[in-house]
Amino acid sequence: MSGKANANYRTALSRARGLGAAHHGVSDFIFERLSGIALVPLSLWAVYGAIKVAPLGYDTAALALRHPLNALLALLLMGASFAHMKAGLRVVIEDYLEVPATKVLALMLNSAICWLGWALSSFAILWVAFGAAHH
Amino acid sequence: MAEAGLKGTAARARPLSPHMQVWRWHVTMAASILTRATGIALYGGALAATLWFTTLMIGPDLFNPYVALLGSPLGKIALFGITFSVFYHLAAGLRHLAFDVGLGFSPRMASLTAVAAMAFAIVASLMVWFIAWRTGGLS
Repeated sequence: MSGKANANYRTALSRARGLGAAHHGVSDFIFERLSGIALVPLSLWAVYGAIKVAPLGYDTAALALRHPLNALLALLLMGASFAHMKAGLRVVIEDYLEVPATKVLALMLNSAICWLGWALSSFAILWVAFGAAHH
Repeated sequence: MAEAGLKGTAARARPLSPHMQVWRWHVTMAASILTRATGIALYGGALAATLWFTTLMIGPDLFNPYVALLGSPLGKIALFGITFSVFYHLAAGLRHLAFDVGLGFSPRMASLTAVAAMAFAIVASLMVWFIAWRTGGLS
């Protein structure tokens, strides 16, 4: 073992195994909190919107989403939700799944579901907002 | 100690995890578990919302049966669970933001805010469903 490796207080094997910090934990930490803070007003708006839209039929519900403010808030709601969910469930998976294959598969599935859900909901919101839905 | 089992590793004292068996149940434990549980429930809630927007895009032929499913007794139970999850996870999130800046860590304060978050979630959920009932959202 060289003197340089000893100066790092790590064995060559430990470094080769990829142990230690990934060096982007701080941005993950901040991102989870920022998306969470954004969701405080957005989720309250979602509850308000759900109460308002619950008694309405298809046509009036679609018309409500054609209002630019509602469409924009719905886009932000789903974007912040899927971003926060992806970060949150990732921590749960990393905490409870120990078998590397299962863990990596679950992490990939979590990413895929969140990206697909975000894309699908955003596309649907814009489709209805721009008046393309049939009525 | 476990060091004997690790071949080729220098014997050294390692910090031990707390033994779960000797912990008494505490409200802060329940608050922590509930934060994760409601987070996972909201995962389902976001997918349900995605389905709502998607069926709205496709048309009334899919939207109407989906809304009928949400309005069924089982759908209502699920939606009430999601309402509770929104409010509890929101309160728990604010509690954790306070923790992040170093506030509210005394055992008394941590227990108080845990109970407050649960009470807020129950009261707010009941209020929302009362308003929804009065405005014709439950029929």
